[in-house]
Amino acid sequence: MADLTTSIGRLQLKNPVMTASGTFGYGDEFADFIDISKIGAIIVKGTTLHHREGNSYPRMAETPSGMLNAVGLQNKGVDYFIKNIYPQTSKIDTAILVNVSGSTIEDYVATVEKLVDLEHIPAIELNISCPNVKQGGMAFGTCAASAEEVISAVRKVYPKHLMVKLSPNVTDIAEIARAAETAGADSVSLINTLLGMAINANTRKPILSTVTGGLSGPCVKPIALRMVWQVAKAVKIPVVGLGGIMNATDAIEFFLAGATAVQIGTANFIDPTITVKIVNGINDYLDNNGYKSITDIIGKLEIHE
Amino acid sequence: MKKYMSDLIVTANEQLNNQYFLLKLTSKETLPEMLPGQFAEVLVDNSATTFLRRPISIHFVDTANNELWLLVQKIGDGTRKMGEFVVGQSVNLLFPLGNSFSMPSSHQKVLLIGGGVGVAPLLMMGAELQKKSIQAVFLLGARSKNDLLELDVFAKYGKVYTTTEDGSHGEKGYVTHHSLLKEKFDKLYTCGPTPMMKAVAAYALKNNIDCEVSLENSMACGIGACLCCVEDTKEGHKCVCTDGPVFNIKDLKWQI
Repeated sequence: MADLTTSIGRLQLKNPVMTASGTFGYGDEFADFIDISKIGAIIVKGTTLHHREGNSYPRMAETPSGMLNAVGLQNKGVDYFIKNIYPQTSKIDTAILVNVSGSTIEDYVATVEKLVDLEHIPAIELNISCPNVKQGGMAFGTCAASAEEVISAVRKVYPKHLMVKLSPNVTDIAEIARAAETAGADSVSLINTLLGMAINANTRKPILSTVTGGLSGPCVKPIALRMVWQVAKAVKIPVVGLGGIMNATDAIEFFLAGATAVQIGTANFIDPTITVKIVNGINDYLDNNGYKSITDIIGKLEIHE
Repeated sequence: MKKYMSDLIVTANEQLNNQYFLLKLTSKETLPEMLPGQFAEVLVDNSATTFLRRPISIHFVDTANNELWLLVQKIGDGTRKMGEFVVGQSVNLLFPLGNSFSMPSSHQKVLLIGGGVGVAPLLMMGAELQKKSIQAVFLLGARSKNDLLELDVFAKYGKVYTTTEDGSHGEKGYVTHHSLLKEKFDKLYTCGPTPMMKAVAAYALKNNIDCEVSLENSMACGIGACLCCVEDTKEGHKCVCTDGPVFNIKDLKWQI
């Protein structure tokens, strides 16, 4: 058994496999299939200050090796989470992170202030990269100055681990990552979904009610790997990699590119047991290649001479 | 109800005609309890064109032979590939998923209205009603007689009436025009194309009949995680995969 324990700054995890927000519900949806406490961390659904109904149906389009979604941060709001969901999730024997989103800086700060005292939430993931909301969301994450502004504001009220989820819908993701680091982020996670679109030629209509949506799945993996590699070189804070990871080999590629941990997203929709399989597969890779710890392979990409 | 992810084995793939097939699957273990109206998420091949699972209604559970039946129409790449499944092949399923049709009380007069491949969950419902000694009546509609499926199988569980749009079988026209609807029923269960279900729902509302519909919104996970398959209800967006697929029409916000 290799040592899979992972430190993302001050955040200690039993292994480096996390679930991506919005792909794993609140964990219990998967409890029939796996022991969810074996996952390194569960990042629960994007949470906002107030209840959000999300976008209209249809919200999903299957695309080659992936899917588009336009859920639009449907959730019952942070107060509902604290009162009705947190009592259950706090019993899960692994790290639970809350993904926080908002339309304004004041929304983000007010939401985070409600979460800061929750004993069993050791970190938040600040979502400045949702492509499916009209206001805020991705707008904060596609401009270095506005990213820095919202992260700095949240940093003032949140002393625990602050992870910031970055958008790939930018010219230079390293610039945004540096802005996050400057503003006090403890880590960055990337990539959120890529803005995409699907059309039904027979009806001449877009498939999604919102016309555009967020692309995920193995089709985005090469872009995600490239961005993780670029960001890992650009910042000193840890990088959490995600985007189209379907198996342990995919995850290993992200570690080699410089990720300290990974998140599994769309793969949960196809195989609800995939997270545990990936944890085991990472361990097998380390054992088979003579590594004692997951830290032995982080950033160990061997560039061609 | 506990959900399972299991590799089942194809015992039969009966091509009913060029559009429809009946897939029979078995398991080494005794199949879990399943309820009428529930569905399975079938992993087709996880290829580039068929990346996600395909949600398919549970058509029937043959407990004597430990078989799960799926009635499928070839519509896209996924269902076409399922039509090529061969006997002995292993197929991965998440099941049983979703809620179920509610059981009527024993004195109620029940009508099950299906259209096209939407007849699938009604067979299992008819079988469950028979177990409870409730006489089901089926009203099955299709474009043409070739689209009316397994009428002899349905007949084992209740009286069968049909409509076809071209008049090639049963009464000509839509199910909601059938003379049977002059009779008074206490409860309607329906599954089929959305325009048909809306017409049935409108008939039910007009005649003050309790009515349940089975929806098939496009979905990814099937277990309430992705929130893609939502239906607008009087209590907000609800997942068809977990809060449905069966809804009472009084809870929906259909414009009918």
